[in-house]
Amino acid sequence: HKITSSCKHEATLSSTNQKAACSRSPGTMPGPYRETDLTEKVEAFLSDLKRGGSGTGPLRGSAETARETTALLRRITAQVRWSSAGDLMEVIRKEGRRMSAAQPSETTVGNMIRRVLKIIREEYARSRGSSEEADQQESLHKLLTSGGLSEENFRQYFTALKANVIEAINELLTELEGTTDNIAMQALEHIHSNEVIMTIGRSRTVEAFLKDAARKRKFHVIVAECAPFCQGHEMATSLSKDGIETTVITDAAIFAVMSRVNKVIIGTQTVLANGGLRAVNGTHTLALAAKHHSTPLIVCAPMFKLSPQFPNEEDTFHKFVSPHEVLPFTEGEILSKVNVHCPVFDYVPPELITLFISNIGGHAPSYIYRLMSELYHPEDHEL
Amino acid sequence: MKQMVRSFLTYSRKAPLTQQLSIPSAVIHPAIVRLGLQYSQGIVAGSNARSIALLHAFKQVISDYTTPSNEELSRDLVNKLKPYISFLNQCRPLSASMGNAIKYIKKEISNIPSQFKEDDAKKKLLNCIECFIEEKIVLAAKAIAKSSIEKINDGDVILVYGCSSLVNHILCEAFEKGRKFRVIVVDSRPRLEGREALRRLVQKGISCTYVLISAVSYILPEVSKVFLGAHALLANGYVMSRVGTSQIALVAKAFNVPVLVCCETYKFCERVQTDSFVSNELDDPDDLIVTRKGETQLKDWQQVPRLGLLNLVYDVTPPDFVDLVITDLGMIPCTSVPVVLRVKNVDLL
Repeated sequence: HKITSSCKHEATLSSTNQKAACSRSPGTMPGPYRETDLTEKVEAFLSDLKRGGSGTGPLRGSAETARETTALLRRITAQVRWSSAGDLMEVIRKEGRRMSAAQPSETTVGNMIRRVLKIIREEYARSRGSSEEADQQESLHKLLTSGGLSEENFRQYFTALKANVIEAINELLTELEGTTDNIAMQALEHIHSNEVIMTIGRSRTVEAFLKDAARKRKFHVIVAECAPFCQGHEMATSLSKDGIETTVITDAAIFAVMSRVNKVIIGTQTVLANGGLRAVNGTHTLALAAKHHSTPLIVCAPMFKLSPQFPNEEDTFHKFVSPHEVLPFTEGEILSKVNVHCPVFDYVPPELITLFISNIGGHAPSYIYRLMSELYHPEDHEL
Repeated sequence: MKQMVRSFLTYSRKAPLTQQLSIPSAVIHPAIVRLGLQYSQGIVAGSNARSIALLHAFKQVISDYTTPSNEELSRDLVNKLKPYISFLNQCRPLSASMGNAIKYIKKEISNIPSQFKEDDAKKKLLNCIECFIEEKIVLAAKAIAKSSIEKINDGDVILVYGCSSLVNHILCEAFEKGRKFRVIVVDSRPRLEGREALRRLVQKGISCTYVLISAVSYILPEVSKVFLGAHALLANGYVMSRVGTSQIALVAKAFNVPVLVCCETYKFCERVQTDSFVSNELDDPDDLIVTRKGETQLKDWQQVPRLGLLNLVYDVTPPDFVDLVITDLGMIPCTSVPVVLRVKNVDLL
C-alpha cells in the first residue's frame, strides 16, 4: 500500500490511523509515517527538551538525553518507510535539525544524531561490500588521488540494511548505558590515599568516579558550590553520605583554597572540537587557579559529549537564564537601573586541561580531533 | 586538612556573645561592649568603618577615665586598655588597620610627659585621635581619589568587587568630576556586599552591571580596568583583602586587564604571609546554607559526620597579579610596601 503525503488523500484511505494524522499541528513534517504515536513521541521529546533547558522543568542528565535521543532515532529507523540509506539519512537529518533547534545548548542530541548517521554510512558501505579503508576519513592524499570520491549518493537498496542499522544502534545504546561505569572503573588509577581533590558544581560522572575510588581509598573532597544554582551542595551531601570527607566552599574561595589541593576533577557539559570545554560557569576560574598552582586538571567526560562545534560562535556559545537568580526582585528600586547577567556556561581553553577521562580511556586534549574523526563523518558536522 | 577545618568550626553567631567570653563584661567600659557586639554581629563591617568606630570608642573611654592616685596616666591608661583590646579580639579578630591604630594610641599615651595635668593630657589624646582619623583616613581618601582620577579615562569599563568604601568614594568623585565610565560590580555569596556598593553607585547615577563571581570570565573581555580595595598590605607585597579578590586578579591577569589596588598607608602591616590558609578569619558556616525551590540541601549538615562547610573571610593576592597600588603617598608597585613601612617607622620615631 502506498501512503501519500498529503492530508487530503489520507482521509480517503481506510486505515483508521490516518484520521488522527490530519489533526497534526502545522509544524510537523508531513512524512510517510505509519504510526502517529511516533510523531507524538517526537513532539513529546521536543517539548521536554525545550522545557528542560529553561531550568524550570525536571533537570535531566546528559546521559538520559543521549539515551532517549538514540532510542527515538531507533524508532524512527524502524517505523518510517524508507527505501535507501539516503532516504533514511534525510529523514534523520530533518528530525535532527528540529531536535537541535529545540534546545541548542543540549549538544548531546546533535552528537547522537551524528553518531547514527555515521552508523548508517558504515552499514551501507559494509553492505556494498567495499572495504573499511575505502571509506575512511579523507586524508589529504586521498583527496588528491581519488578526485570525486564522494559521489556516493546512497541510493542502492539492501534488504538487510535496516536490520543491520537497528542492531548497530542497539550496540550504541548498550555503550551509552555503560559509560558512567567505564569511567568510574578508572578511578583507582588516578586517586591515591590522603589526597585532596577539588570539584565544582554537580556532575554525575564525577560523583560515580569519586564514589568508586572511595571504596578502596581514603581522601578528602572540596566542592565549590557554584552559585547561583548551588548544585555543589547536592554533590556534597551525596558524597558525604557515601563516607567521603567533604567540605563545601564558596566560589570566591577557589583560589584561596587551591594551594592545598592535589588534583582538580571536573565534569563538563560539552567537549568542543579543539579540546576545549563548555562547562558550568566558574570552571574557567578553577582551571586558571589550577594552572597557577600547577595542579592537574582532569575532566571526566563520556564520548557522547564530544561535539564537532568550535568555540568561535560568539552569539550561540553562551546561554543565559533569568537574572532574578542573581539579583532577586526584592531589590526592587535598583533593578530597573542595573544590567544583570546570569550566564550558565564558561569556555575553558584546551591549554588549561591536563587529561580527559572517557569511557574508552584517558586522552590528552591534543588527541580530541582524532577521536572526533572516528565518531563522526565530516559531512555530518553541519546537520 | 580535616583537622584544620574542624578546629575552626567553633565559630557561631547564634550563641549570645557575652556567655562565650572569658572576661566578664562587667569590667569593660560600656562603649567597648557595644562596639564588640556590633563587630560580632556584623553591624560594623569594613576595615575603615571598624577603625573609625574603634577610635571613637576609645575617645569615649579616655574622656571617662580618671587616674587613680599613685599611678601615672601614661602607664595606667595603657594597662586599662589591654583587657578592652582582648575583649574586642574575642568578639571579632582585630584587623590590621585596627592594630595599627591601637599601636599609634598606645605610643601617644606613653609619650605623655608626666607633668601634664589630667585634663590637659586627656585633651591632647583626644586631639591626637581626631588628627589620626582626619589625616590617615579622610584626607588619605581624598588624596587617593585625586591620584586615581588620572587613571580613569572616558569610555572606561571598570570592574569592582564587593563593597570597598575607598573604591566607592573614588568612583563617585570621578563621576562628579565629569568622567564618563560604567561600572561592573562583582559580588559573591554569602555576604553579598556588592549589593550595597551597587545601591550607592546607582544612587549617584553611574550606570552599573551586576554579576556573581562565577561569571567573571564571561564579563572580563568587556572590562578595561579593575579597581580593588584592600584590607591590609603585607610586608612581602601580598594584598590581603576580602575572599575572592585574588581570584578576580588572577582572571584579570589571564585576560591582560590592569589591576589597581587602592589602600591607605595606615593599613600597611609588617606581617608576611604567602597563602590564605596559614592565618585567616572564619565566618559562620551556616551562612552558606541556601534554600532553593523549597529545598535546603545542607539543612542538617552538622549531623552528617563527614560534611564540613568552610566560610573564609580573607585571602591574599600575590604581587604579580597586581599592577599598581594607589596610596596617599603616591602610586607604588606592590613590592615597595616595606620601603613605605620603613619610612613611616622613621617618622614615628
